[in-house]
Amino acid sequence: MSSNLYEGSVPTSVLKDTLVYRHTIAVLVDNEAGVLARVIGLFSGRGYNIESLTVSVVDDDAQLSRINLVTSGTRQIVEQIKAQLGRLVPVHTVKDLTDEGPSVGRDLALVKVDGVGEERVEALRIGDIFRCNVVDSTNGSFVFEVVGTSEKVDAFIDLMKPLGLVEVSRTGVAAIARGAGGMVDEVLLKPSPKPKASTRPKKKSTSKRKTAAKKIAKKSSPKRKTAAKKARTSSKKKR
Amino acid sequence: MPRDTIDGRQMLGARIILKALEEQGVEVVFGYPGGAVLPIYDEIFKQNRIRHILVRHEQGAVHAAEGYARSTGKVGVVLVTSGPGATNAVTGLTDALMDSIPVVCLTGQVPTHLIGNDAFQEADTIGITRPCTKHNYLVKDPNDLAKTVHEAFYVARSGRPGPVVVDLPKDVMMAKGAYVTAPRGIKRQQHKTYRPAHTPDPASIEAVVDLMVNAERPLFYTGGGVINAGPGASKTLTALVKETGFPITSTLMGLGAYPASGPNWLGMVGMHGTYEANLAMHDCDVMINIGARFDDRVTGNLNFFSPNSKKIHIDIDQSSINKNVIVDIPVVGDAGVALSAITKAWKARKTRPKPKAMKAWWADIKKWMAKDCLDYTQAGSVIKPQYAIQRLFELTKNRETYISTEVGQHQMWAAQFCRFDKPNRWLTSGGLGTMGYGLPAAIGAQLGNPKGLCVDIAGEASILMNIQELSTAVQYRLPVKVFIINNQYMGMVRQWQELLHGGRYSESYTDSLPDFVKLAEAYGLAGLRVEDPAKVDDTIKEMMAIDGPVIVDVRVDQKENCYPMIPSGAAHNHMILGPEDEDEKAITGDGLALV
Repeated sequence: MSSNLYEGSVPTSVLKDTLVYRHTIAVLVDNEAGVLARVIGLFSGRGYNIESLTVSVVDDDAQLSRINLVTSGTRQIVEQIKAQLGRLVPVHTVKDLTDEGPSVGRDLALVKVDGVGEERVEALRIGDIFRCNVVDSTNGSFVFEVVGTSEKVDAFIDLMKPLGLVEVSRTGVAAIARGAGGMVDEVLLKPSPKPKASTRPKKKSTSKRKTAAKKIAKKSSPKRKTAAKKARTSSKKKR
Repeated sequence: MPRDTIDGRQMLGARIILKALEEQGVEVVFGYPGGAVLPIYDEIFKQNRIRHILVRHEQGAVHAAEGYARSTGKVGVVLVTSGPGATNAVTGLTDALMDSIPVVCLTGQVPTHLIGNDAFQEADTIGITRPCTKHNYLVKDPNDLAKTVHEAFYVARSGRPGPVVVDLPKDVMMAKGAYVTAPRGIKRQQHKTYRPAHTPDPASIEAVVDLMVNAERPLFYTGGGVINAGPGASKTLTALVKETGFPITSTLMGLGAYPASGPNWLGMVGMHGTYEANLAMHDCDVMINIGARFDDRVTGNLNFFSPNSKKIHIDIDQSSINKNVIVDIPVVGDAGVALSAITKAWKARKTRPKPKAMKAWWADIKKWMAKDCLDYTQAGSVIKPQYAIQRLFELTKNRETYISTEVGQHQMWAAQFCRFDKPNRWLTSGGLGTMGYGLPAAIGAQLGNPKGLCVDIAGEASILMNIQELSTAVQYRLPVKVFIINNQYMGMVRQWQELLHGGRYSESYTDSLPDFVKLAEAYGLAGLRVEDPAKVDDTIKEMMAIDGPVIVDVRVDQKENCYPMIPSGAAHNHMILGPEDEDEKAITGDGLALV
C-alpha cells in the first residue's frame, strides 16, 4: 500500500467504541504464489476473525487477484486489520466496503435437500419464492442454487432445515462498491511518485584503491570542474 | 564491473547472486555452508570483493548481521543452507522482525523438482518464515534471480526495515540466467505494490505543533524508529529538543538518539526505566511519540497509561498507530522527515508554551530526579553488578564503543548505566529478547566498525547460548570483549520468581557452569576473572589493552534485583524502587498472568 498522506484516519472517539461490527474488506493483491497463505497467516497469527473469504484472479494481464473478506471486530481491531493487510508487500490496495460508501455483496450456496411427498413439494415452493434455480434433481432430492445477500442465503438454509436439508456448499461473500470506477483501474493508473531522497545509506568508500585514485584525481585537476559535472551537481541541488 | 556491460549478460545463477549483492553494496556476508548452497560458496571462493564470515551456528549468522546492520545502518546479509540451516536462522529472523532491523537472508533449497518430496535437508522455508519475516521469496527461474535480490534489498531497507528471506533452489543456482541491474533513481520507488509512506501530511504536522506550543507539561518519547531513520534524524531530534526545551525520554531500542549527557534527558522509560521518566510519562499533558510503538514494557497497565495526556504518534508504519494506545494525532511518515517538518513549523510560530508552566513542570521533574532511583551501594567484598557495568561504561566512554547485550538483568543495568551519546552504538534484543544475541552482534559490529571497541555485556546463562561464536571472533581476529556479569542465576527469572512465586527458584540456578577463563583459553582467547571490587577498574583496563578477543568473568552479588521496576499490571506511578517497596507493591490479580 502506498500512502504519502494519512487519509482516512479515524477519529479517536470512533476508535474507542467497544461494539463489534462486521466489515467487508476487498483486497487487491499480486497474483503470486503464497499471497493467500500470507493473508490467512496474518489473520490466524494475530487472532483476527475470518467469517468468509473468497479469492480469484480479476486481471490476467496485470496479474491481479481480489480477496473478499468478511471480518468482525471492534473499530480499533478493524482499523488494525486494514493497516496490517496494507503493509503486506504483495498487497496493492485495501478497501473497506462497509465504510467507504454503499456496496453490494452476494453469496451463492448450493443446498441439497432430500425428501419425498409434501416436504419435497414445500421445498420446491420455497425455492421458487427465493428465486432459486434447481440445478440437480432426483426422485428423492433437489440441489438448489440460491444467490443473494448472506442474510437471504441464511434464511433459505434455515427454512430448508426441517424439510430435509442434507448438505450446503457456500462461496462466501463477493462484494463490490456501488457507483462508477473500479479498484483495478485505481491501481493500474496510479501516478508515479515524485523523486525523493535516497533511502540507501551513503556507501563509505573503504577500498584503498579508490581513495588513492581520488587523491590523484584531486592533485591533477584541483579546481577545474567540467561543465557536465557542474550541471549534474546543480541539478542535484534543485531536487 | 560497469553496470552497462553486465546488464543482460548470461551467467551462472550463483554468480548472478554475488553480482547482485555487489551491486547492492554488500561488503560482508555471514554464513555457514551446506549442500544446497555449495554453488554460491564456490562463487564466493572465486571472488574477493565480498568477505564471507564463517559463523559456528546459523542463529549466530543472523544475529551478527543484525549487529552489523544496527551499528552501520547498512543491510545485514546472511547465507545459510536448506533445511536445518534455514530453521536455525528462524530465531534471528524473528528477532530482526521484532526490532525492525534490515537483514537479507539467502537460504539454500533443494532442487525445484524435489520440493515437496521430503528430500534430504528440505524444509518449507517459505512457509516457516512467512510469519517471521517482512517478506520472503522463492526463486524458480534463474532469470528472476537478480531482480529478486534487488527487490529483497529494497523491501528490507524501505519503510519500516525488516528481515527478508530469499529461498534459492540448488538447480536454479546451477542454471544460467540473465543478470538484471538494480533499478535506479525514480524507478527505485516504483515497486508496483510496496511504496511505504515517507513524507507526513502537512496538516498533521501543523496539528502536532499546535499541541506543542500550547503544552504545559510536554514530553518527547522516542524509540527505535529514530535510530532507523539514520544519524541525521538523531541530530534533528537533538536540535528540536534544544529548541523547544522539552524533556525527553526513550525506549530501550531508542537509546542514543538524544545524547544521555544532554540537559533534557530523563533516562529510559518503561518497566525498568527511571523514576523521573516514568512519572513524567504518567503526568505529562502532551506526549510526542517519535518512532516508538507503545510496547507493553513501556506502557505497563494500559488502563492507567498516561491518563490525562494528548498523544501524538509519529511512525512510518501505519499499523503501529492505534494498535495498543489510541492516540489523538497520528502522523505517518519517516521520523527524520517528520522531525524536520516539526522543527520548521515550530520556528514559524510565534506562540510558545508559558514559561511559568514549563518552569513548574521542570521543577516537578527535578524533584523526581532527586530520588536518585538508580542509586546502589558498592560496599564490602562483593561486586555489585551495577558497579561493574558503571565502571565499564566510565572507562570505555571516550572510545568509539559499541555495547551489545544479551537478555536479562544485565541488559537492564546496561541500559540504565551506559549513557549513550550517539545512535548506532547500542545493540540489544528488545522486542524478542533473545538470549545469545550479544556475542554474535558484537562480532557483526566489530566487522562493520573495525576501529571500534565492541563489548558484549553478558549474563553467564545467556553467553552459553551462542558461546560457539567465540571461534568466529578468534578466526577473524576480532577484538570483541565479552564482559560476563556472573551471578550464578538467570537473574531476571530469579527476580520474578522472588516477587511472584514466593521465592521458589525453579530451574533458574545456572548449575555446572564452565570455568570461563579456562574456556577462553580453550577457544584461543584471553580470559580474565575478577571478584574483588577494588580490582574491577584494573581488570577492565587490562581487557581494553589486550589486542584481541577477551572474556572477563565478573563474579557479582547473586541476589541483587534490578530496580526501579513497574510490576506487571501496575501503573507508571506505582514503581518498586528498592527492596523495601517489595511487599507493599506485590503483584496481584491480572498482573500475575502477564509476562
